[in-house]
Amino acid sequence: MARKLSMKDAINEAVDQEMTRDPTVIMMGEDIVGGAGASGEEDAWGGVLGVTKGLYAKHRNQMIDTPLSESAYVGAAIGAAACGLRPIAELMFVDFIGVCLDQVYNQAAKFRYMFGGKAETPLVIRAMCGAGFRAAAQHSQMLTPIFTHIPGLKVVCPSNAYDTKGLLIQSIRDNDPVIFLEHKNLYGHMSDVPEESYTIPFGEANVVREGKHATIVTYGQTVHRSVDAAAALTKDGVECEVIDLRTLSPIDWGTVIESVEKTGRLICVDEANPRCSIATDVSAHVAQEAFKALKGPIMMVTAPHTPVPFSPALEDIYIPTADAIASAVRKSMVR
Amino acid sequence: MSNNPFPLSKEKLLEAYRMMRTIREFEERLHVDFARGDIPGFVHLYAGEEAVATGIMMHLNDRDRIASTHRGHGHCIAKGVDVKEMMAEIYGKATGACRGKGGSMHIANLSKGMMGANGILGAGAPLICGAALAAQKLGHGGVGVSFVGDGGSNQGTFLESLNLASVWNLPAIFVVENNGYAESTSVEWAVAGDSYVDRATGFGMPGVSVDGTDFFAVYEAIGEIVKRAREGGGPSLIECKTVRFHGHFEGDAQTYRGKGELEDIRANKDCIKIFRNRVRDAGVVSDAEFDKIDKAVVALIEEAVVEAKAAPLPKAGELLTDVYVAY
Repeated sequence: MARKLSMKDAINEAVDQEMTRDPTVIMMGEDIVGGAGASGEEDAWGGVLGVTKGLYAKHRNQMIDTPLSESAYVGAAIGAAACGLRPIAELMFVDFIGVCLDQVYNQAAKFRYMFGGKAETPLVIRAMCGAGFRAAAQHSQMLTPIFTHIPGLKVVCPSNAYDTKGLLIQSIRDNDPVIFLEHKNLYGHMSDVPEESYTIPFGEANVVREGKHATIVTYGQTVHRSVDAAAALTKDGVECEVIDLRTLSPIDWGTVIESVEKTGRLICVDEANPRCSIATDVSAHVAQEAFKALKGPIMMVTAPHTPVPFSPALEDIYIPTADAIASAVRKSMVR
Repeated sequence: MSNNPFPLSKEKLLEAYRMMRTIREFEERLHVDFARGDIPGFVHLYAGEEAVATGIMMHLNDRDRIASTHRGHGHCIAKGVDVKEMMAEIYGKATGACRGKGGSMHIANLSKGMMGANGILGAGAPLICGAALAAQKLGHGGVGVSFVGDGGSNQGTFLESLNLASVWNLPAIFVVENNGYAESTSVEWAVAGDSYVDRATGFGMPGVSVDGTDFFAVYEAIGEIVKRAREGGGPSLIECKTVRFHGHFEGDAQTYRGKGELEDIRANKDCIKIFRNRVRDAGVVSDAEFDKIDKAVVALIEEAVVEAKAAPLPKAGELLTDVYVAY
């Protein structure tokens, strides 16, 4: 039975169901239970935004609070994954990857290759990403391109509650290290989510909206802005196809190419900074593989090459807007 | 022969000697073959430190996990990784322990509990916290042992792991192999505070410092530590003061060493010589018995080199495999 659920609750439900199904699924992170060693109430926080609230009551042995020590506990999650557990490490904000990246990209991502195919590291690193929360430069980045660049990692960034539940369950059951990025601005976003457990395979994009004139490829928060832009463009008689990549590694090139071959126009929308981004990656791939199908210039709509600003006046223009996306679509139509 | 004053049976003493000699021969052979240009890449030799790996690993089983360092050959051999597979790996061959994809700095064998040599200093300590956590959660009584050099002991990962292991009361053991040098930099200069035991105390765990050139000192100290970890008594740190017979990597001219230092440690701090003399002088094992092992070890390593050289290279298609379980 489907009912409306927020992305935040979809995460909680996915973890709850997987912990019940498989006792080797554990989660560790800072304040994911909360109040460890303090004299107040048990399960005081359930994560900094309450995403994991209530899980400790049901899965006492599987929910593990950590000291503020990302290098040690992210590394411990990786080590435990190589020793028979299926850990989920919550990094809180993806921006904190800077203090523990070695464990992720030199250890987890490379074990299988370095060890000649003899290692499995079934690990999920959950982290909040993205701007729009007035959280400033060190708590608002996407960083999706950094992870997508690294062979051995899988990268997921859902745009709605339904995809979040299915992709998170898939991530937990997956036998490779998965970076699962939750856009904090979408935590309250509601969609129909079945109560029962289900998975969504990696590498399958979702065509959110069909159209014949232009293809908008995006993921995360900007899926919604792209849909808004597409709705606005219908007034001009322009029908956009909007593709939500859902997973960035692996990536569904097939759906992207097929769409561009139909529409002849590509607009890549990415909340990450512009250089060496998902937008540049998709643009380059399409230019190489479907050049003859293109009827106009490939357009990119991204955050600027700046840190994320604090002031709402600046942050609101940092994130690609529906207007900017619509304008890029129009430019792509000019021959 | 009935009066054996050692804490190991004669059979175990011979096993320890064979292990140390195998590591020494493996490393000394690599030293020669590397200089000849037979071996690609970097190698960091463990010669001089054999008593540490051997004394520790004799207390471990395949379920116990270790995380090693860039200077990992000795740990691999002592943990039971096949020396022929190791040699083939170092030669970059398809028959290597990692099918030629890892090389000297990434030899691993998870079924033996060897979680990998590691090119990143200090990186093994968090991994071992995870191995120890898994042992604790799965309840199988295993322990995790993290090796780090005096250089790596200054990494944040190592220090954070000491704290985490204490907070979680993990069956984790942190071994500091203090060979006096972080690459070319002296421990006297680079490690603040005089004592690793004090560092351990600072993180709320027992610490002990032993002479790492004395196999028996290592063996007895680690025995207690492993027992405590298995019984739920939590983590410990052990410093083994040892010596490095070769440079940081092969090709290192070691101009930073004092005059006569290398000759002195080879003459007076050779853990294998010290072991052999003590055991022989006690009348437990004869020179003839030791010599027999020496001969067998030399033959084994020769065979390993011959087989490694003759082994096939990885096929081009191997470049693209083993990145993911499924993608």
